[in-house]
Amino acid sequence: MSLLEVSGLTVRFGRRQVVAIDDVSFTLGEQERLGIIGESGSGKTVTALALMGLLPENAAVTGSVRVRGQETLGLGEAEYAKLRGDTLSMVFQEPMTALDPTMRVGRQVAEVLLLHARNTSGNSRQRVIEMLRRVGLADAERIADSYPHQLSGGQRQRVCVAMALINSPDLVICDEPTTALDVTVQARVLKVLDEMLDAEHTACLFISHDLAVVSQVCSHVLVMLDGRIVESGPIHRIFATPSHPYTKGLVATAQLDKVAPGSPLPTVADFYTRAGATR
Amino acid sequence: MTAILRAAGLSRAFGSFEALRGIDLEVCKGQRLGIVGESGSGKTTLIKLLAALDQPTAGQLWFAGREITGLPERGLGFLRSSLQIVFQDPRSSLNPRMKVGDIVTEPLRSKLVRRELQGVDRKERLREVLAAVDLPADSGDRYPHEFSGGQRQRIAIARALAPKPEVLIADEPVSALDVSVRAQVINLLADLVDKQGLTLLFVSHDLMVVRHLCDSVVVMQSGQIVERGTTAAVFSAPRTDYTASLWAAVPRIKV
Repeated sequence: MSLLEVSGLTVRFGRRQVVAIDDVSFTLGEQERLGIIGESGSGKTVTALALMGLLPENAAVTGSVRVRGQETLGLGEAEYAKLRGDTLSMVFQEPMTALDPTMRVGRQVAEVLLLHARNTSGNSRQRVIEMLRRVGLADAERIADSYPHQLSGGQRQRVCVAMALINSPDLVICDEPTTALDVTVQARVLKVLDEMLDAEHTACLFISHDLAVVSQVCSHVLVMLDGRIVESGPIHRIFATPSHPYTKGLVATAQLDKVAPGSPLPTVADFYTRAGATR
Repeated sequence: MTAILRAAGLSRAFGSFEALRGIDLEVCKGQRLGIVGESGSGKTTLIKLLAALDQPTAGQLWFAGREITGLPERGLGFLRSSLQIVFQDPRSSLNPRMKVGDIVTEPLRSKLVRRELQGVDRKERLREVLAAVDLPADSGDRYPHEFSGGQRQRIAIARALAPKPEVLIADEPVSALDVSVRAQVINLLADLVDKQGLTLLFVSHDLMVVRHLCDSVVVMQSGQIVERGTTAAVFSAPRTDYTASLWAAVPRIKV
């Protein structure tokens, strides 16, 4: 039994039933790391939100999502709440909106802990500080007593990683966790994430538009385009022999170091053009 | 070679915090200069000063031989028309309630700039710049939200080109874009700079893009320039650990 089995997952929005993702199927084993890449609007985030049960009410979800064999589609809010944070957790793109600006971050991390863990109220602060230290925040005491606006972007995202991992979930979903960060901070956050997933034996679903970033964390990847999975497999295979033209384009754009300075960069449009697209 | 932009001892302090400390910089006509550094290193503060959107607390600045430090806004018309900026996030740099045509021609309607651009036909110029950035000719009648992220950044570039500038400053113009769209916008910028003989100042934390687009680079850390030189030299043999770490942080495919 896999940790996560998704089959035929389809999400439609609104009265006109606009299809956002169409017949998405994949499985993820314990401790496995899977990347999802694709451009904006390809359905990456909708997939993640569907797994977390966080889609808005106007979304019609069909298909099946099983976590350790248990069907999660159609679960009530209370049951989902138990699942989230405990079995599944998520790191969002923009830590400034994911964190509550009016609450000290230590309390926010503790909140996640107290909602799920039993009998830890006494030493919760200790556990929070320890967790903040483990994600590479050296002066964890000061960070815990700070408000989100007093922290840098990289510190905030580390706090979100700490929050996502403090209950030792089985699966962490990361939705473009480093897109809002600059490259040096991105490199550090990716390293911390990589180490923490190893240490906690946690599986990961990592969403990004950048193949190079995904390859830092994951071994396998799904390529999404217009709500469908067009290609999947181990990164070294996708990278060496991409079969779908869109994937070929993504691989080319992720290798700027191969292009001679000054010559035009390869674009996805050189490899793949949507039927009916103007550009 | 004549410097089109020259800064001497440029500093900017916010209270007791020194965002920029004694920057000396010369940018020649036709140069493509990359300005790199991590967040908070002073890149944006520097270009704000160069564009006279902010005043330095010390130091002097010349544009095409004329000193611009301390000039009042009404004396800056020549600078406003010859130096234009493309900002990072087109969602916040384009007014959502204005039509694209009005956005792009707004620099031409400014009282200050108009004086410098005698007899430019706005409709004609709109057609020219929309074509230059590969946007459909009817884009002018639409609103920014009707366009994708990459197209919106093209609109911002079109607006910057409208007053026929000599210097184009791009502040992280592709950081908010998907990898797939990023390459298109970079190609477009490279093309425009070539064809129109622009001087380019390109601010980025992504050194791979800078290596591709720029002939020279300055590396900033804590408000100072810690390294400068040709792009090839700085990136192939960085002299400081800081530059080396910036270069190492660029995500590359790991298999």
